[in-house]
Amino acid sequence: MTSNIRRRLIVVVSGFALFALAVMAWAPTVGSTSISLSRAFDSSIPWSDNVDAQIFFVARLPRVLAGGLIGASLAAAGVVLQAMLRNPLATPFTLGVSAGAALGAMLAIAFGLDVGAMGVSSVPIASFIGSLVAIAIVYWLATSQKRGLSTNVLLLAGVTLNSFFSALILFVQYLADFAESFRTLRWLMGDLDVGSYGPILAALPFIVMAFVVFAALPRTLNLLTMGDDVAAARGVEVIQAQRWAFLSASLATGAAVSLGGPVGFIGIVVPHLVRLMVGSDHRLVLPAATLFGAAFLVLCDLGARTIMAPLEIPVGIITALIGGPFFLWLLVKKS
Amino acid sequence: MTGRFTTQVVFFVVSLFVSFVVAFQAPPPQRIVSLVPNVTEMIFAVGAGPQVVAVSSFDEEPPAVRSLPRVGALLDPDTERIIAIRPDLVVVYGSQSDLQAQLARAKIPYFNYRHGGLDNILATMREIGARTGHGAEADTAVTAIEGRLAAVRARVAGARRPRTLLVFGREKGTLRNIYASGGEGFLHDMLLAAGGDDMFADITRESVQATTETILARAPDVILELRSTDIPDGVAIQEEIASWGALASVPAVKNHRVIILTGKSLTVPGPRVADSVERMARALHP
Repeated sequence: MTSNIRRRLIVVVSGFALFALAVMAWAPTVGSTSISLSRAFDSSIPWSDNVDAQIFFVARLPRVLAGGLIGASLAAAGVVLQAMLRNPLATPFTLGVSAGAALGAMLAIAFGLDVGAMGVSSVPIASFIGSLVAIAIVYWLATSQKRGLSTNVLLLAGVTLNSFFSALILFVQYLADFAESFRTLRWLMGDLDVGSYGPILAALPFIVMAFVVFAALPRTLNLLTMGDDVAAARGVEVIQAQRWAFLSASLATGAAVSLGGPVGFIGIVVPHLVRLMVGSDHRLVLPAATLFGAAFLVLCDLGARTIMAPLEIPVGIITALIGGPFFLWLLVKKS
Repeated sequence: MTGRFTTQVVFFVVSLFVSFVVAFQAPPPQRIVSLVPNVTEMIFAVGAGPQVVAVSSFDEEPPAVRSLPRVGALLDPDTERIIAIRPDLVVVYGSQSDLQAQLARAKIPYFNYRHGGLDNILATMREIGARTGHGAEADTAVTAIEGRLAAVRARVAGARRPRTLLVFGREKGTLRNIYASGGEGFLHDMLLAAGGDDMFADITRESVQATTETILARAPDVILELRSTDIPDGVAIQEEIASWGALASVPAVKNHRVIILTGKSLTVPGPRVADSVERMARALHP
């Protein structure tokens, strides 16, 4: 790494980190109710009498942490998949992972599956299992040909699996009771009111695993975007790299979606936004998108829980409503 | 003389009109198709059950409907089968506008129903009675329900009305996807009749997705959860009540006033509504 890129990396990452930290620290202090922070952190008041502390630690903090985790995962997975597939339209939901997760969640909601364990309810567990099944199917299809892993097959298999699972999702919704159909629909809009730390802690190990792999990817992604041959000539084990990129991005997506539902737009808008801001070097893009994705989703969720309070706006609607036009504006301005 | 003649003419015209109405008034329908389960219950409650020839795919009550043919439901009415059954009255939901248009084209009369408040349940029962030729029975049934509701209202009249969060949906074992009654609709009315104040009375909607923050901030005295699915035993109910424990500062949680009532009929706006109101009142004012 030249000293120039190192200096830029420090500036960019610390800038984005500062922004993300500021958002994450500020978000739990605001909401539909005004609370007194000094009371919230006053440990002399018994827990069961301290409404402010409960609003802060039970209602808001888990939401903010879930938002940060999901935003970071989806944005980073978007960066990795766009680079690996050399396709600017790729999102974490392109390869069928989220549709598998959604199908799992639909089955759990519609048929009342009882697979809850360790403080995590059935729906996130079933949706994580669904995402793993989808990853396995797509991976098996993409590697079934003799020459390793084909990104074309990966893309086609993913897109096909997406529509196949979508049909199954509609079928399950059609079979479900009326109230359950509504719940399945609501799940698809994304919801970060996770209610406790249990689901976050359950998703965390998988997301950490994915990020450990992400950390090793940026230089390889830079070479992969120039083409498989160039990458191979520069010593990249192309198939191996694509395998790791696909599996880690899918794992992060599966864990994130099972935690908060398929929150749309983060995985495509944030990577592009960040590229417009810092250029296309993945050593900068990946950490910056991770941090910006976290801040972006936390801010969108802040809107979700305050704009129409005490009513809630599904966060997926906000991410699309804000993300779409903002992205188009940046696109027009830059070009 | 002229006055007397006019009177005679008026009398003649009126009696002609009355005999015309009597002669051409349609007989009560004998082949009723009901696509709305709670109205099916009303039809049976007013004694018009034997006139029902088909029901929706979601109908379960009363047991007599279980052997009847099914002709779709709210979103997927099987228009062809409905028309083939040759009904003389079809009970449809207000939003089924396509079906209504098709029935109108086929010259099949329909009864248009929409959920409303508690009054709407009783008014609908009376209308159903009149429409099916069981006006007197409907009157008796409705008067009985009104009597029971009045008795509940009288019993809870003096008591302090607890601020109640009336929950009708929640993800099992968690505090996610909590759906509660807003300040409109029959659940809200039932809560008021049972002697509770609705925590979301200010929100003019039938249902509200309640976040943990709103519940903590609004601090209900009682959390009353209606479950249409049965929870098997005491232990499972205790576990479900325990999921509210995370909101320790809420008076309902602190004072052990989280109550779960189970039963399929609880949230059905039909003839069994007095049972539900009585159970809710016993829970709120033991």
